[in-house]
Amino acid sequence: MDNEKIINEVMGGGLRALNRIADSPLVERLGLEERTQQLVYEGAKRVVETAARAAKRLSTKRPSGRQGSSRKFDLSLSEEQQLMRDTLRRFGDDVMSPAAREADENGAPPADFLAAFSELGAIAMSVPEALGGAAEGVSAVSQMLIAEDLARGDMGLAYAALAPLSFVNAVVSWGDERQQADLLPGFVDGDETAATLAVVEPHPLFDPATLRTTAKKTSSGYVLSGHKSMVALATSTKWFLVAAEIPKVGPRMFIVDRDTDGVSVSDEPTMGLRSAALGRLKLEGARVPQEALLGGDAALKSAGKVAYRDAVDRARVAWGAMAVGASQAVLDYVVPYCNDRVAFGEPISHRQAVAFMIADIAIELESMRMLVYRAAGRIDAGLDGRREAYLARTLCAEKAMEIGTNGVQLLGGAGFIKDHPMELWYRHLRAVGVMDGNLLV
Amino acid sequence: MIYLEVPKSLKPIVNQAHQVAKHVFRPISRKYDRAEHAYPKELDMLAALMDGLSAGGAQRGAGVDGLRRDEQRKDGVRNGANMSTCLGLTELCWGDIGLALSIPRQGLGNAAITAVADGEQKERFDGVWAAMAITEPGAGSDSANIRTTARLDGDEWVLNGEKIYVTAGSRADSVVVWATLDRNLGRAAIKSFVVPHGTPGMEVVRLDKKMGIRASDTASITLTDCRIPRGNLLGNADIDTKKGFGGVMQTFDNTRPIVAGMAVGVARAALEHTRELLEKEGIEVRYHGSLFSKSAAEAELIRMEADWEAGRLLMLKAAWMADNGIPNSMEASMSKAKAARVANRVTLRCVELCGGLGYSEDELLEKWARDSKILDIFEGTQQIQLLIIARRLLGKRSSELR
Repeated sequence: MDNEKIINEVMGGGLRALNRIADSPLVERLGLEERTQQLVYEGAKRVVETAARAAKRLSTKRPSGRQGSSRKFDLSLSEEQQLMRDTLRRFGDDVMSPAAREADENGAPPADFLAAFSELGAIAMSVPEALGGAAEGVSAVSQMLIAEDLARGDMGLAYAALAPLSFVNAVVSWGDERQQADLLPGFVDGDETAATLAVVEPHPLFDPATLRTTAKKTSSGYVLSGHKSMVALATSTKWFLVAAEIPKVGPRMFIVDRDTDGVSVSDEPTMGLRSAALGRLKLEGARVPQEALLGGDAALKSAGKVAYRDAVDRARVAWGAMAVGASQAVLDYVVPYCNDRVAFGEPISHRQAVAFMIADIAIELESMRMLVYRAAGRIDAGLDGRREAYLARTLCAEKAMEIGTNGVQLLGGAGFIKDHPMELWYRHLRAVGVMDGNLLV
Repeated sequence: MIYLEVPKSLKPIVNQAHQVAKHVFRPISRKYDRAEHAYPKELDMLAALMDGLSAGGAQRGAGVDGLRRDEQRKDGVRNGANMSTCLGLTELCWGDIGLALSIPRQGLGNAAITAVADGEQKERFDGVWAAMAITEPGAGSDSANIRTTARLDGDEWVLNGEKIYVTAGSRADSVVVWATLDRNLGRAAIKSFVVPHGTPGMEVVRLDKKMGIRASDTASITLTDCRIPRGNLLGNADIDTKKGFGGVMQTFDNTRPIVAGMAVGVARAALEHTRELLEKEGIEVRYHGSLFSKSAAEAELIRMEADWEAGRLLMLKAAWMADNGIPNSMEASMSKAKAARVANRVTLRCVELCGGLGYSEDELLEKWARDSKILDIFEGTQQIQLLIIARRLLGKRSSELR
């Protein structure tokens, strides 16, 4: 390809994506025009800059990689991250929260929900310009912030929104050129939203590094066998990214079409997260072609091993971010509730027994947030994040549920009935300790 | 951009403090735990060493001097004095908390001077070793209720009252004393005063015998018609009832992340050593697999490490905010509340995990478990931190959420 063509393609993809965001009626409805214009402006400015650079070398490098070793401890967000945060918080407050109860009862997100989420540009802004999207590069931190802000709206709906996004993240990070070319444009343009991850298996003491689902090599491809659990959007999806153990090779990821023989899906109603329409995926001698292996044949070597380990870390960051967002919703709810609720002649928040529980929620929430942010920051900086992601998961599994149960406790009987969202969040938050896969930042 | 690693620029100071902790503090840690109230003469050498290091162009010492609130800057983030102080204290307290509290010229009073003093005072009190005297027999956490009084007589303040639990109160050159100008005007009338040792009327009447941090002196002090120059009142003498505690309380925004740092240090010491001892028993820590498939000891080590990391990162966050001119009262309290309770739990659990070895004086584990308890008490107890955090979150005054 000559330079001009590269520039045009890069600019074309990025600008198309930005244009869709700018055009969105949802943006107008949420009163986000100003924010979005800024987002589009920043995006467009960068598209031009990147296009110029792309003429020299196409790159999907993480943005922080070039900042070298002089980096400072920093908790501030980039302008783009802040804009996305503002947008998604509004989306969470105005679209997700009001829809959460009914979606929980229906066991599915509202019909237009995934399209609406795609309209906001979160997927387009997650795919690098070099691959036709509008992102400067891939960033675990940016993805983590998206997960946090969505889960603050509703963790169940967030799971539904993040499933296709996680699929896209995986293809961006580890797909080979052909897989990227085949799959990504549809998601960037918003025509495609039906994809999900299938890693978790339905048995106690699940460990994503030792899978029971197998992928046996044949002359023409692989035969997949095993069960996957709590898969978001399972019955409506087209693409599954399935984690399976290749004997003598190790765990790898496969792109599986739902219409493949030997693939069947059934509803799997769960304690919470019901609005993500969870399902059980059964693979019974499902034959997939060689090209189904994410990353192609190169993934059979150490690149695939590294990718899978990375995916495990990034799943832990994703669920940690979900825990942070949903716990933030709990804190934001108990503060006004306990200030308004009067007992013994004064607001219950005037009692230390109540106030200290709220202080503890805030302390542990911030603790979780710091560990999750650190793990994501390390991933973006190209540092090993295994220990940090594991510690983040360990802390979040314990503290998120503690926050959930204390949230209900602070509301008393009101926390137990369905007039308030607290019992829903309690059910959602139990998932943090259970889920170890099925999403990734 | 989110990046939560200790920056390379602060590695030299961390390393410098670690060398002191390892080669100066650890070898004499048990000695001064046993010889409570004996002055650790090694510290004089250390003071000289630290002066030499700064004269030699190394970065400023790891103590609490030089802490200041930086103005918010537009030209990018800062990792400055607050962060380096917290990290330095973390290392020193990995060595020994009691000795770290006894380093000349690094007293908590110095933090108060830095936080509240005006420019002239900062210059005048430069190089002074200042202890901090707040608590009284009748007022601990309830520090707005102190009874020590200060009365202006000509060009001198006349102080009367009794102070207890003054860390480094006998060894420091000066004591920063909290006293009220008018008990009827509540917390707004409370000011801090620098009282040099040797001032007639100030007397150290007793040294406490303690469970932990025994290398550090904890003094009771009486003030009887003790006269100090008018200029030794730190900051402003006006009583602004609207501003309330503001002035003197600012000190805590600086010192609480430091105490969090102390907690992070002692907890790391216990975790590291416990891990070494358990490794000899075949317990290895692996950061993968289900937590529930691990031995109870391994899982407990991981849980403690996660909690410890939380305290450490909250400390860094509070310090980062201070370095970048962002108000951090709530975050300072959060860091102290979390890090201190974790340090206490971790050090106690490490004794338990190591059994007889942990409980015996052959190891320092039992000492760390005694030392750590004070961290959840001084500079504001756990419960005071929770009150501060809750009031902030709930928008309550101290008259409402008491």
